[in-house]
Amino acid sequence: MTTDAPGLAAEPLLCVRDLRVVIGGRHILHGVDLDVAASGVTALLGRNGAGKTTTVRGVLGLVPRTGSVRFAGEETVRLATHALVRRGIGYAPEDRGVFAALTVAENLRLAERPGAGEPAYALVHELFPELRQRAAQRAGTLSGGQQQMVAIGRTLLNGNRLIIADEPTKGLAPKVVTEVARVLERAAQAVPVLLVEQNLALVRRLAEHCVVLADGRTAHRGPAADLLADTGATRALLGVGRHTAAAAGGGSDLSTTSRKADA
Amino acid sequence: MSTVVLLTATGLGLGALYFLVASGLSLIFGLMDVLNFAHGALLSIGAYATWWAASGHLPGAGSGGAGFVWAVAFGTAVGTVAAMVLELALIRPLYERPREQVLATVGVGLAVPALLSAVWGADARTFPGPTALSGTFGLLGARIPVNRLVLIGAALVVLVALRLFLGRTRHGLVVRAGVEDRAMVTALGIDVRRAFTLVFAIGGAAAALGGALGGLYYGSVDPGQGTSLLIFAFVVVVMGGMGSVSGAALAAVGVGLVQQFANYYTASGLGDLAVVVLLAALLLLRPHGATGRLA
Repeated sequence: MTTDAPGLAAEPLLCVRDLRVVIGGRHILHGVDLDVAASGVTALLGRNGAGKTTTVRGVLGLVPRTGSVRFAGEETVRLATHALVRRGIGYAPEDRGVFAALTVAENLRLAERPGAGEPAYALVHELFPELRQRAAQRAGTLSGGQQQMVAIGRTLLNGNRLIIADEPTKGLAPKVVTEVARVLERAAQAVPVLLVEQNLALVRRLAEHCVVLADGRTAHRGPAADLLADTGATRALLGVGRHTAAAAGGGSDLSTTSRKADA
Repeated sequence: MSTVVLLTATGLGLGALYFLVASGLSLIFGLMDVLNFAHGALLSIGAYATWWAASGHLPGAGSGGAGFVWAVAFGTAVGTVAAMVLELALIRPLYERPREQVLATVGVGLAVPALLSAVWGADARTFPGPTALSGTFGLLGARIPVNRLVLIGAALVVLVALRLFLGRTRHGLVVRAGVEDRAMVTALGIDVRRAFTLVFAIGGAAAALGGALGGLYYGSVDPGQGTSLLIFAFVVVVMGGMGSVSGAALAAVGVGLVQQFANYYTASGLGDLAVVVLLAALLLLRPHGATGRLA
């Protein structure tokens, strides 16, 4: 799918500058700068209410926004959401965005893009065999983890150039977190991923780059490993205590999240 | 016994008419959150276009046989086009401004009957129909007007067609998903606005068909017909659950039957009141409509 010339490979795939969002007269984002590298995982971090989800929704045009959103070299801030997404973005939203009254198969079928190549059902079913077994089941009756599989499955169906996953492990059982992490890791080998995540162990395992938001602004950008290695910075930017940061440093226990520190 | 059979047939005929209006209304509200007060006007447009064609103004159309079928098809087509123009010209520019949107549909709902009475007069016009459909047939001792059967048949065809469209086609899948979460549909790369126009076209076609066949049922057309039917259609939509076609079908049958029986066995006019009581009772017992869908 990628049409970028080799010389441009170093340029960010998604380049967001001065993104501002005002909802109901309230300023939610005051100017977010964000780059998503052309490969690997870029983590979008920040405390609850920092504007992570609004940033993602602003990038996609799901909320009114101003600023610059360049995707694959093209300014897209004036594009409608569907037109931007059709340029090759797979989006798994925070609430999973699964259509509860539709079956699993119908949920996946909605993500097909007629005229944009064969949908990659083989890949989705290989990664999530359960989705094939449960094809006729209503998505509303699935467990949270299974719904997340539907949401991620939809992003993998189209040979997208960018996957945006908003807290894909939120509220999932530890075993499912590990499975989701495994799939994201594998997906990221082929497609760049913008990952909104509170689970720092997962960030440590997957992310190469990170962007930290605070109060609707970009507070930090840089290599993810550097930030997570710096306990002081982690605590200052993410509000994560020494204990949780240390656990995140361990890197193996993906079930540890920083969420308890957000309260 | 024959009275019960006649009342049932008439109630079902009326329910069929309600369904033709309510099915589109329900889909439009479910998908777009638009309360389309102009939906009765679409019925009137269909009724007048059919009447105009069947009265000999449209070449090939007439009051009998194939000519009448052609007149009904013409009336339905005019209603469909009117609905699409309404969506593209008025609803779409006011998207994100729901209050203005509702006001615009109320305006169209008032303007169309006024326009119709300005051109063709405020009085009811005799509706020309095939003699075969103006007769009656015997059923369990009752003489049932044939036009009731035509209405019920048309409503059943529309119900089956809508269910096939929603269940078996990609556009139908998009509509069902959009009823649940419109934003997520666009986030999957689908232009949901095309579904809006489509749903308006379908709703307009069904309402206009209701207008054309309603002319047979009432034996006449008048400018206010659509508006008075719209009120009961809204009751049907709320009872059936917004966005649910099957719910609308069930509720339409219930409303039509209750209205007929109550009007006959109590005082005339109480049937209309009974419908409102039925709505209140249902909302108290099942706040999300008869099918349990989120209203």
